[in-house]
Amino acid sequence: MGHSSGKSYIYEEPGLKSWFTSLDHKRIAILYFVSVMFFFLVGGIMALLLRLELFAPNVSANVGQVLKNGDVYNQVLTYHGAIMVFMVIIPGIPAILGNFFLPLQIGAKDVAFPRLNLASWYVFMLGASLAIGTFFASKIDTGWTFYTPYSIRTGSSVVMMVVAAFIMGMSSILTGLNFIVTVHRLRAPGMTMFRMPLFTWAIYSTAVLQVLATPVLGITLLLLMMERIFGVGIFDPKLGGDPVLFQHFFWFYSHPAVYIMILPAMGVISELITTYSKKTIFGYTAIALSSIGIAAVSFFVWGHHMFVSGQSELAGVLFSFITMLVGVPTAIKMFNWLATLYKGSIEFTAPMLYALGFMFLFAIGGVTGIILAVTAVDVHFHDTYFVVAHFHYVMVGGTLMAIMGGFYHWFPKMFGKMYNEMTAQLSWVFIFIGFNVTFFPQFILGAKGMPRRYFDYVPEYEMLNKVSTVGSWLIGIGFLFGLYTIIRGLTSGPKAPANPWGSKTLEWQTESPPTMHNFDHDPIVTAGPYEYK
Amino acid sequence: MANNHNHSHSDHGAHAEPHVTPLRTYLNVGAALFVLTFLTIIAHVFKAHYLSLAPFIAFGIAAVKAFLVMAWFMHLKYDEPSNRVIFALGFFFLAVLFAFSIIDIFTRVPQGTVL
Amino acid sequence: MSTSRLINGVEVASHFRDVHHQYSSNKEGIWLFMVTEILMFGGLFVGYIIFHSLYPEMFAEGASYLDWKMGFVNTLVLIFSSFTMALGIYYNQVGQPKRATWALAITVLCGAIFMVIKYFEYTHKFHMGIFPGNLINPEMMAEHGHPMQHSNLGMYFGFYYCMSGLHGIHVLIGMGLITWVMIRNMKGEFSPKYYTPIEGVGIFWHIVDLIWIFLFPLLYLVG
Repeated sequence: MGHSSGKSYIYEEPGLKSWFTSLDHKRIAILYFVSVMFFFLVGGIMALLLRLELFAPNVSANVGQVLKNGDVYNQVLTYHGAIMVFMVIIPGIPAILGNFFLPLQIGAKDVAFPRLNLASWYVFMLGASLAIGTFFASKIDTGWTFYTPYSIRTGSSVVMMVVAAFIMGMSSILTGLNFIVTVHRLRAPGMTMFRMPLFTWAIYSTAVLQVLATPVLGITLLLLMMERIFGVGIFDPKLGGDPVLFQHFFWFYSHPAVYIMILPAMGVISELITTYSKKTIFGYTAIALSSIGIAAVSFFVWGHHMFVSGQSELAGVLFSFITMLVGVPTAIKMFNWLATLYKGSIEFTAPMLYALGFMFLFAIGGVTGIILAVTAVDVHFHDTYFVVAHFHYVMVGGTLMAIMGGFYHWFPKMFGKMYNEMTAQLSWVFIFIGFNVTFFPQFILGAKGMPRRYFDYVPEYEMLNKVSTVGSWLIGIGFLFGLYTIIRGLTSGPKAPANPWGSKTLEWQTESPPTMHNFDHDPIVTAGPYEYK
Repeated sequence: MANNHNHSHSDHGAHAEPHVTPLRTYLNVGAALFVLTFLTIIAHVFKAHYLSLAPFIAFGIAAVKAFLVMAWFMHLKYDEPSNRVIFALGFFFLAVLFAFSIIDIFTRVPQGTVL
Repeated sequence: MSTSRLINGVEVASHFRDVHHQYSSNKEGIWLFMVTEILMFGGLFVGYIIFHSLYPEMFAEGASYLDWKMGFVNTLVLIFSSFTMALGIYYNQVGQPKRATWALAITVLCGAIFMVIKYFEYTHKFHMGIFPGNLINPEMMAEHGHPMQHSNLGMYFGFYYCMSGLHGIHVLIGMGLITWVMIRNMKGEFSPKYYTPIEGVGIFWHIVDLIWIFLFPLLYLVG
């Protein structure tokens, strides 16, 4: 491989068609990048619509009401949730950054199954198109969780949406499978498991979850389909079935899925913190193993979504206890990041700002999670805006901050150009402030008892809702700045050097952007990933 | 996970030929599976005599059959240990799903309607 | 990246070091996929066991409509096909591809026999008005001299059709896959050095057998 043409992967094969048939993991990552960005835009517009509707209580059809009626609100809510979960956050970091950097970080030429990798993108797009297609068939209003028995009886395109989720699940499985084999088998000589970068560790743990949890979602969705078509009665109380069992099956997948969303984000943060502190990461082994720890515990805690579902008290207590255990590996990560920052030479670049933002927001999201794990408290908070605020702090404050930080961090490597630091930081300021303005009031609203998922609310909640809606506009502006930064960087950014940040991991030891073969000389690894002096 | 350390194993075996099971072994395993299937049926026909044990016998035999298929037909006996661990993980997490679902269902306090 | 090169007469993709590296990676991928199959079918088993223990009498009534002789024959057919599938790999390993083709052909044939027997089982039930879930037809059942005793009997047949149906779909997929490797085998694409696709398809086929080994007592015997 030593005599590579030196052409970057972007220009190696010309023509648009070559992108849709390319087996190169970097190009497939770009395919995901473009599609996920598009879905994010759609889901984001839905979110703005929801907040706009909640700007004021509905006095009449003309005053305080933006959407036509409650049905439309429920539909927008469903699409916002389904799009953001299945099409943005779950594939986001693994399929874009993971695809691009996992092979690079372990010194491989590609993922283990390049053809399967491309196939996963097509499968994902098929599922996503079907899901979006329901919007034009007949809109669904079940929420992204498809709880029975409501989902058995409402609307006509639930089956189509369920098929879509099933297909996207398959794509997720294939990606995870690919990554596991890549990590097990394709590491460069000398790249032992405990020399792998922490981002790779996180993607690896995520992949394990994707493979082990998603099949159960598959069978759950298939059964829901059968329920709608034949009325098989397994989840339908009419035939002696058990709707709570649906929730068990659903959350057996969907709780690990929450960690499918957050684990890669944590991996990104580990990279950012150590790079921009110019300091060897503190507690490498602990962080690496805590990823596996979180993945393992995630299979035992799903019942905390069901404390008020009618599940038995014993099950509730068990799930409550085990849920609190999640705090341990998570805290291990937090404290290790803090210890890494300590006495580091911190550079406040845009990625670092996102990393610090992540730590701040994720701490709030995580700690409120522990609050919600207490059954007695959950009975009060369940299905209120407290829960909405909690998971947005984790998913948006956590994952989305990490996605943005990761994009900026790896932007020079992916595209060979530098982004504009000033607009990137401006984007962060708006997103960070806007996020807190949007979601912190929702904790208070929830504590005061405002129920989630409703089209309208009583006037007492008006003030805080107004604040929250204004915050959503700030987030919107922030992402517009982000989009501008990315487009500007792509079109007229200065050429990026191979290693602009002085990082130590392998992906920075090759050109920016890398050639089709990733490395001109097959790397031989002799040390850990973060040996800063 | 647990299969990390096996990587070096696969490196060492880089030039080892995959194990070839002799034809006789396949014949024996196939015959054993047939015999066990007949055994299942015999047990079923006479199940009136030990009704409460019937499911355990039926599934016990099924488990033995499953083991034979996995070990020899699926070649797990001669496969890398990591693949055995991977396959076992599937069953383990299935057990987790089963255990917690069943814990809930059988410890619910029956309640009258509150309507 | 899509380039590959020949090592010892086997095409090896350029991101693999050698034949064995590629083989063992593919094998691990296959096993990971099998894990997802186990977990997917497992969900159905979990549901079945839960409701079986909640409604034992209803399940007994449902099972009484199944003919264990049919299930028994099908078990033997599938086990035999598993055996011939193993032979399909064996004969390739020892360099007798013609025999391997025959073994694979017999395997597909067994799959077809299995599906034909399933077809008769299904149509017989449809004829009696036994459909899954809400579609079950008590009047038709009464006409055939089997009045329905439990009002939620449809649930048992919901399970029955879902489980055996999903299994049947896997049999059909398996038959397709085996036909595919059989054709490749006839074209001479496999050798003692390279037969990974047959092995992968074989493992899939054995999973289909494995699931049936448990489905048979679950549906037909433990009523």
